[in-house]
Amino acid sequence: MAATFAFEIVSPERLLLSRPVEMAVIPAALGEMGILPGHAPMILSLAGGVISVYEGGQVTERLFVMGGFAEVTPTRVTVLAEEALPVAEITRAEAAKRVAEAEAAYAAAVAAGDNAAREVAMDRAIAARRMEAVAAG
Amino acid sequence: MPSLKDLRTRINSVKSTRKITQAMKMVAAAKLRRAQSQAEAARPYAERMERMLAALGAAVKGAPDAPVLLAGTGREQVHLLVVVTADRGLCGPFNTNVARFARARIRALEAEGRTVKLLMVGRKGAAFLRREFGGRYVAEITFQGKKRIGFEDADAIAERIRGMLAAGEFDVCSLICNRFRSVIAQVPTEQRLIPAPIPEAAEQSGELRPVVEYEPDEEAILAALLPRNLSVQIYRALLESAAGEQGARMTAMDNATRNAGEMIRKLTLNYNRTRQANITKELIEIISGAEAV
Repeated sequence: MAATFAFEIVSPERLLLSRPVEMAVIPAALGEMGILPGHAPMILSLAGGVISVYEGGQVTERLFVMGGFAEVTPTRVTVLAEEALPVAEITRAEAAKRVAEAEAAYAAAVAAGDNAAREVAMDRAIAARRMEAVAAG
Repeated sequence: MPSLKDLRTRINSVKSTRKITQAMKMVAAAKLRRAQSQAEAARPYAERMERMLAALGAAVKGAPDAPVLLAGTGREQVHLLVVVTADRGLCGPFNTNVARFARARIRALEAEGRTVKLLMVGRKGAAFLRREFGGRYVAEITFQGKKRIGFEDADAIAERIRGMLAAGEFDVCSLICNRFRSVIAQVPTEQRLIPAPIPEAAEQSGELRPVVEYEPDEEAILAALLPRNLSVQIYRALLESAAGEQGARMTAMDNATRNAGEMIRKLTLNYNRTRQANITKELIEIISGAEAV
């Protein structure tokens, strides 16, 4: 059996996944990152995107996260997701709704000249767009 | 001496009260279970976040440009107290305990010459302290009519606090709420939110702490993590308070049910005695009437 590490995904409301996996691909803020057992310790922030879990050489689980953080140690990876849901549960209507909301928030932030809020809204809008893309397949 | 009819009405009214308290106890027990499992489900996230924050905090501690959420404003003049109580009563001393605790705290702070601002979460506590400290309220938040508290509710409160901090409206922020010790014990406690207390990282004896890489960098992650941590702390407090409320209500209603039972027993005894006394009196009247003939 291939080497594994303990992988956990938690959202504020519940523990979504906790089991040993062989590899996980997570959407780090600066690009996707594949993590294998024995990875150097890291703390990173996540962008909106899909987490893929590999077991037995294939993807066994795909979850969409709306940003968050991840802590990587050689034997353990913990993802603190802002919000996470299985890819299969994403619908186009939901994704479209989020895109609309995020873009409205962005427009409001631009109008108010609030730079911090604008950046937050921008990240959300990008995450929502990715969600839409995932929903579209 | 109350008449038989009066006693009967009284017994019936106590009986229906007992039915109500019994039902409320049952409802509270069911809600308690739900609230507890929700609080349980939120725990892993809070724990992991604490661990991450401990690792990060150690790296950034003492840096001159540490974020305001971590380092505070450097003053201690204006205190913002977030007081969390329930929206409903009939749960024993649950709300008054927090309110009393808060009152003592406010008085102590003001005696030191500090300014206190209050953010009240929950209707009961807000009502309790309004007469004395109503002028210090900056906001009142209730979850009335809400089935369950979601993370977004906590986030909204945290957002408000962050906004006030950015506007420089306070220096120190603390949370006062009931901690859920057990179903029958809820302890009012105060918890510092801003400046954020950094949990001590567990000392790794002997070996060197591994060098952790950060992506993008420490400051960026900390800047994103700290506001999040604020929301998480508030969320946890809200959930614990909700579970505590149901626990307190269950205990209070259990007592009330027992007291009602005791009262019914006494009243029934009284009723039977009165009834017998009446019968005896009537018998005496009949016998003495018959003798007179």
